[in-house]
Amino acid sequence: MDLSHTEEEQDFRARLRAWLAKVLPELPAKPSPDDWPGRRAYDLGWQRRLYDAGYAGLHWPLDAGGRGATPTQHLIFLEETERAGAPYVGANFVGLLHAGPTIAAEGTAGQRARWLPPVLRGEEVWCQGFSEPGAGSDLAALRTRAVRDGDAYVVTGSKIWTSHAEVADWCELLVRTDPAAPKHKGISWLAMPMDAPGVTVRPLRTLAGSAEFAEVFLDEVRVPVANRVGAENDGWRVTMVTLSFERGTAFVGEVVACRRTLGALARAARANGRWDDPVLRRRLGRLYGEFGALWRLTQWNVSEAQGSGGVPGIGGSVFKLAYSHARQELYDAAAEVLGAGALSLEEEWTAERLSSLSYTIAAGTSQIQRNIVAERILGLPKGR
Amino acid sequence: MDFRLTEDQRDLRAGVRELLAGRYGREALRESVASGAAVDRRLWRELGEAGFFSLRLPESEGGVGLGLPEAVLVFEEAGRALLPGPLVATHLAAGVVPGAATGSAVVTAFDLGGPLVAHLGEADAVLGAEGMPPGEPVRSVDPLTPLWRSSGVLPPEHREAGALLTAALQLGSALRTVELAVRYAGEREQFGQPIGGFQAVKHLCARMLVRAEVARTAVYAAAVTGDAAEIAAAKLLADEAAVRGARDCLQVHGGMGFTWEADVHLHLKRAWVRAEQWHTAREAEELLAARLGTEAEAEAGADAEPDAESEVAVMG
Ligand SMILES: Cc1cc2nc3c(=O)[nH]c(=O)nc-3n(C[C@H](O)[C@H](O)[C@H](O)COP(=O)(O)OP(=O)(O)OC[C@H]3O[C@@H](n4cnc5c(N)ncnc54)[C@H](O)[C@@H]3O)c2cc1C
Repeated sequence: MDLSHTEEEQDFRARLRAWLAKVLPELPAKPSPDDWPGRRAYDLGWQRRLYDAGYAGLHWPLDAGGRGATPTQHLIFLEETERAGAPYVGANFVGLLHAGPTIAAEGTAGQRARWLPPVLRGEEVWCQGFSEPGAGSDLAALRTRAVRDGDAYVVTGSKIWTSHAEVADWCELLVRTDPAAPKHKGISWLAMPMDAPGVTVRPLRTLAGSAEFAEVFLDEVRVPVANRVGAENDGWRVTMVTLSFERGTAFVGEVVACRRTLGALARAARANGRWDDPVLRRRLGRLYGEFGALWRLTQWNVSEAQGSGGVPGIGGSVFKLAYSHARQELYDAAAEVLGAGALSLEEEWTAERLSSLSYTIAAGTSQIQRNIVAERILGLPKGR
Repeated sequence: MDFRLTEDQRDLRAGVRELLAGRYGREALRESVASGAAVDRRLWRELGEAGFFSLRLPESEGGVGLGLPEAVLVFEEAGRALLPGPLVATHLAAGVVPGAATGSAVVTAFDLGGPLVAHLGEADAVLGAEGMPPGEPVRSVDPLTPLWRSSGVLPPEHREAGALLTAALQLGSALRTVELAVRYAGEREQFGQPIGGFQAVKHLCARMLVRAEVARTAVYAAAVTGDAAEIAAAKLLADEAAVRGARDCLQVHGGMGFTWEADVHLHLKRAWVRAEQWHTAREAEELLAARLGTEAEAEAGADAEPDAESEVAVMG
């Protein structure tokens, strides 16, 4: 059990910190949450700076255009960027955290060369077209159909809750290529250009008021067969690779952000006298302990991943369960610090409180995560 | 950074598990419950010979010369086996109270905050106290933790190590109750199938594991850093994992869980006792709040140039 960092890791941290101190003040002002083209430009601009400085695709393998950094270095990167208040991956989330790693792991040489560099350089944005109106938790029940016609698939159906669909160039799309096969068998993974004829995007407002995600309607969209990653009808396995990335690393930087928020909450509570309430104070103390432990759990998972070649394990489900609930508790505590002030949408913590409600749902609900933990870690009998 | 256990650490843990399985398996546990004899002097000496109490004593003083991380792994196993007796206090007394290191002395401590003390009648000494204080026996909730009404002071220098090792005992118990629940859920059939196939049962088990895993990393990390706030958090989370884990395990066992025959109640009762030892939840939360407050203030002061190093000490 060694929590100290090697000299190399410390060097890496120091250089990164110095670089962040230099570039962050040069960044343009943040666009408003509703200005999607503005957000896209801002996020891609940040990605470009990372690329130019050699920090893009840090944890991606070298042959995928990445830097081949160790999971520990990646962790340091997430920790330092978050601590410095650097922009979040934002619009580039799907490309960097799951479509990219999936193509790197499962794509052909040509597919890697076509799709990976633009993600790293901040030129193309991806979205994730998995969920459908009738297929959420039961993802394998998806019905969007792809029928082969020469060298193209003709795709018809609809997707929902597709984050960033409005501004995406590509969609990692799950389609049914064999309706006769058993549910998990007849699925394929396609890269679909979002500007293809027949694609319609209808933004959906979230309870937080902004349009984070959208419905995507697909009407006889032609997608080249060459855009299929993995074998035909083998998309479910490919998807499981994607999802392990999603659960494994997606929330790491946010633990650091939550710790920052706790500090700000403590300051606010002291300023408005609420710190004297022992119930609230102890609640904040407990959260401080919990987020500290969650950070340690992250380090534990990263050490395990380092030992197993970098693919995050199902320990990610344990983390996601604990984290998503702790995050909601954090913003409930924030509301208690603010008192009635928490009812104002102008309050940053109120917006965060609203958006924290998605964490126990997105990327697999807590109920589904508990099934995964019970069946795959604890070995309890599988449900239907 | 590599947070995983070293090979030596894994071997140590496996060795202790084996020793305890042979020397204090289920039958021995039930025998001591039946007889009410919490401390078995022969076993105590055997533990002493195996280095249980002298683990952190320097080799020059006849100890094993290992650190808190190793001690935590050993105590985790003791918690798993529900080994009774003032293990933590005797371990802390090694090198201080004659005979503690070798297990020829049984040492307890005023770790229950004063009004009560455990194992007074079976102990040769109380950590930090001169002579044996008088006490009135009290009927204890845990059949293997006899209690006396008595008062005395807990030496502050042992408080953190005591809390951490007690957290490790809680962790072992929490992990054990997950195993007990999962095993029962896989065997017991109702409605023509193992109850573990029912989602309500599955989710109880998954929650138990999540609490135990979060506690585990907290305990291990606190053992590595020795940081007071991390130790308080480890105790807080391990108490919760042990108490709520035992409760959920009891629920999974249904009516069987409410019987004296099932071991679950023993885990729950011991977990209740330990939750009152060294650091209560209230104390841990206050300590954590105080740390949060100081850190937040320091950050506000430093503002533009946050003192990175001091934060790294906590964040790793
Ligand atoms: C902010 C946000 C962003 C998202 N972004 C994307 C995206 O970019 N791309 C994408 O493809 N999807 C996205 N999603 C969709 C997300 O993956 C799904 O919402 C999620 O998987 C749950 O599916 P559902 O909404 O259909 O809920 P349902 O599956 O209908 O579930 C409803 C309730 O039933 C419970 N339930 C369902 N099945 C079971 C079961 N077997 N056992 C126990 N309980 C069960 C659920 O836990 C939940 O409480 C996003 C969602 C959110 C909230």
